[in-house]
Amino acid sequence: MRRSIILAGATVTALALTACGSGSSDSAESAAPEATESAATAEGTLTMWVDDTRIGEMQPVVDAFTEKTGVEVDLVQKASGDIGPDFVAQVPTGEGPDIITSAHDGLGEWVNNGVVAPIELGDKADGFAPAAMAAMAYDGQTYGVPLSIENIALVRNNDLLDETSATTFDELVEQAKGAGTEFSVLIQQGEESDPYHLYPLQTSFGAPVFAQADDGSYTSDIEMGGDAGHAFSEYLAKLGDEDVLDISIDGEKAKQAFLDGDAPYILTGPWNTTAFTEAGMDISVLPIPSAGGEPSQPFVGVQGVFISAKSENPVLANEFVANYLTTEEAQDVLYTEGGRTPALTASAAKVDDPILTGFNDAGMEGAPMPAIPEMSSVWGFWGTTEAQVVDGQADADTAWDQMVDNIQGAIDAG
Amino acid sequence: MTHPTAVEGPTTAGSGNGSPPEDSSGTRRPRRGWASHARDVRPGFLVKLALVALANAVGLYGILAAWAVQSWGILAFLVLALVAVDWAYFSRRALAAKYLVPGLIFLFVYQIFAMGYTAYVAFTNYGDGHNSTKDDAIAQISEQNERRVEGSASYPLTVVTQGDELGFAIVDDGQVRVGSAEQPFEAEPDAVVENGSITSIPDGDVLSFVDVAGRQSEITQLRVPLSDDPESGSIRTQDGSTGFVYQPALAYDEDSDTFVDTETGTVYSPSGGGNFVSADGQELTPGWRVGVGFSNFSAMFTDSRMAGPFASIFGWTFVFAALSVLTTFALGLFLAITFNDERVRGRKIYRSLLILPYAFPGFLSALVWSGMLNERFGFVNEVLLGGASVPWLTDPTLAKVSVILVNLWLGFPYMFLITTGALQAIPSDMMEAAKIDGAGRWRMFRSLTLPMLMVSVAPLLIASFAFNFNNFSLIFMLTGGGPNFVGTPYVVGHTDILISMVYSVAFESGSKQYGVASALSILIFIMVGLISWIGFRRTRKLEEL
Repeated sequence: MRRSIILAGATVTALALTACGSGSSDSAESAAPEATESAATAEGTLTMWVDDTRIGEMQPVVDAFTEKTGVEVDLVQKASGDIGPDFVAQVPTGEGPDIITSAHDGLGEWVNNGVVAPIELGDKADGFAPAAMAAMAYDGQTYGVPLSIENIALVRNNDLLDETSATTFDELVEQAKGAGTEFSVLIQQGEESDPYHLYPLQTSFGAPVFAQADDGSYTSDIEMGGDAGHAFSEYLAKLGDEDVLDISIDGEKAKQAFLDGDAPYILTGPWNTTAFTEAGMDISVLPIPSAGGEPSQPFVGVQGVFISAKSENPVLANEFVANYLTTEEAQDVLYTEGGRTPALTASAAKVDDPILTGFNDAGMEGAPMPAIPEMSSVWGFWGTTEAQVVDGQADADTAWDQMVDNIQGAIDAG
Repeated sequence: MTHPTAVEGPTTAGSGNGSPPEDSSGTRRPRRGWASHARDVRPGFLVKLALVALANAVGLYGILAAWAVQSWGILAFLVLALVAVDWAYFSRRALAAKYLVPGLIFLFVYQIFAMGYTAYVAFTNYGDGHNSTKDDAIAQISEQNERRVEGSASYPLTVVTQGDELGFAIVDDGQVRVGSAEQPFEAEPDAVVENGSITSIPDGDVLSFVDVAGRQSEITQLRVPLSDDPESGSIRTQDGSTGFVYQPALAYDEDSDTFVDTETGTVYSPSGGGNFVSADGQELTPGWRVGVGFSNFSAMFTDSRMAGPFASIFGWTFVFAALSVLTTFALGLFLAITFNDERVRGRKIYRSLLILPYAFPGFLSALVWSGMLNERFGFVNEVLLGGASVPWLTDPTLAKVSVILVNLWLGFPYMFLITTGALQAIPSDMMEAAKIDGAGRWRMFRSLTLPMLMVSVAPLLIASFAFNFNNFSLIFMLTGGGPNFVGTPYVVGHTDILISMVYSVAFESGSKQYGVASALSILIFIMVGLISWIGFRRTRKLEEL
């Protein structure tokens, strides 16, 4: 009896421990920054969270900054999916980082939870692509410094097919099937599908997730319901039926299949093309043909740097983020080391890589990724429903309607 | 499936203290003073001294650290714990405490505190939008709603001190102006400017970068009025070198505890739900944590969209836990009986091989199985079934079967182990007597082996049931709860059990709701506790054989 109670208690409370883990046991750690501050030797230390694909390019930038100012920046590698949620969970406890790098789509949630501090860039803001600056703003206030712009596009294996004349997605699939490979057009899926990678198809049916106001910012009015949504959902079911889409093909498997030459096309982003070129593949990057008649718009994500609202080193953090990362010098290094389109216009002008230019062209038409907090309610339902439709578990139209209802419900409840 | 084999009990900390000095001679009266210790200094005592000294050192460090960050609760706990430890190990009357203290302290830290905290969270609205204190919320709302005055200039700025007071010096049209929180900017013609930055001012000091780094929060909180007219805004800096003119869009009034919109005059006052709300229902974010009574506990039952799936998950949790115990026990027992027969050759090798699944970490095995059961690429479909496409993990019914089968693979070695042990404890003369009485094999199994086995194994079966009831790692790693239900307000699926549903509610369904998740955890805790209690009461009857 006693043992089982303890056991049950342990399992149950594991949850509480993860939620408040830093509360009791880390008292020793939190004393550390205090000590460095009072010692007031020129340098404080900034803690910065970076995901695994960016830590390599951030290191030389940070080193240069340290050399210049004497301020140490401690880079902590985190999984990209954990940065946002952990930021929300840890900042209120005072244990969070000073700075994070992340895609901008979590911004609304951070502002709503009060964990991110506004940044004033003054005239420096003019040096950035307007779309990138817009992504860093929420409710009329700027919260971050944009680093790079990213979107997905169609990548072709030139050894299998050397030209693309298709104007619609159906033609593209048709042509790809002619290549005689196991897959035609790879779009990564998974148990919860992948609304991000399917979004160009969805927008080509005229069913964007939220309505956009005149200035390009998103409102919380769901736009993906109705007939346009049904048309897209039915199209998904059709692609699933034809085995173009398969929820057992996740990101890793799609990448591997394309690397193995098992498909002439893949819809993916610049984060994967390095691996393709390194493997000696000859690839071209193209815009995505429309499936439903309207332009297919991929989500355009902006990677940015954000400062914690409870940073103990606000001045140093601003010195690094607002005054150093906005320089051409820093953005140039990020580009040469990381190979992503820089958000600073002056640095972006130096990009001459045909692959990156291809992504840029595909992103011209793109839609900014919504950063409103409602977005966090959307992803789960969206992916789950798409997976069910692709896999034929649910009727395309009813499942889509149900999803729209659920998202509306979650938005109303939140 | 990692089984609950770890036994809670007295830890063996402080080796050597278990044997009081001269235990054999049986001294009745405890000797007084330090003299006694001095006389029987043995290696054991030295070890004890070293260990307790270490505990004291760690504890003192913790106390100082807690003092530094003003965590009084932690500080008080550490002081009490340290006193308890020292008393237990240096008092001669505290023999029992010597064994119990380490266990009790860990019990308090890891169990009771965590449970108490979970219970506390269950009664609050902790989650997205309400994840900190009211003070934090006020500070953040003020910060987010302080807007730069449109079209205003940016000023090169230097942080200065005049006496003790912190201030800013700015260059405005080539002229240096100095001000502080109380004193609006005034021209200072005697200041020295080199290369566009101010290097010295009369009756004051210019702060170096080092000094600035030492007083960061003071500097970012400083607002220096631009002029005597409050409407003109005030200058603040974020980086210590550039100043911008700001004007608050929302002003907090401490006396009435409200926010007032400086343009429209709308008043936002604190609501019971943990937000500042205007009269027409506009909420300011972020909010803060407040108590919400029992509403988290009823959340699952009041939402009509959730009722069906919740009932289904509830039922499946019991089915899953029961079937897991039954199948693993049946297979384990069968194998144990088989390999208990002396006619089987190479029993040791078989037995060792059968333990293997138990030796692999459950997390890893579940993950490997999820790969092997992949519909298109999995080893099972591809190789064993010759390219068939059986939807092992994506069909609701089949996914449940897969979960049970994988858990059978993971769990039977444990049952095999314990039943093998229990079987060998059954006296063989009893079996022989039964045989002489003419009982058949089945009859012997039903009436002798099984009841005898149950006496020792039944409590473990109940523990196994409780464990599987909360077997989060298997579900999470194997199916992630999927395939998901269609049309539920949380992302939950057909193979989700209660605990994985809690995880989904807390972390995966868009907005995080720690309050609801904690409430559900407590419900699960009560359920498991109840089942175990009933179960153990029943087992007592088995022992009366």
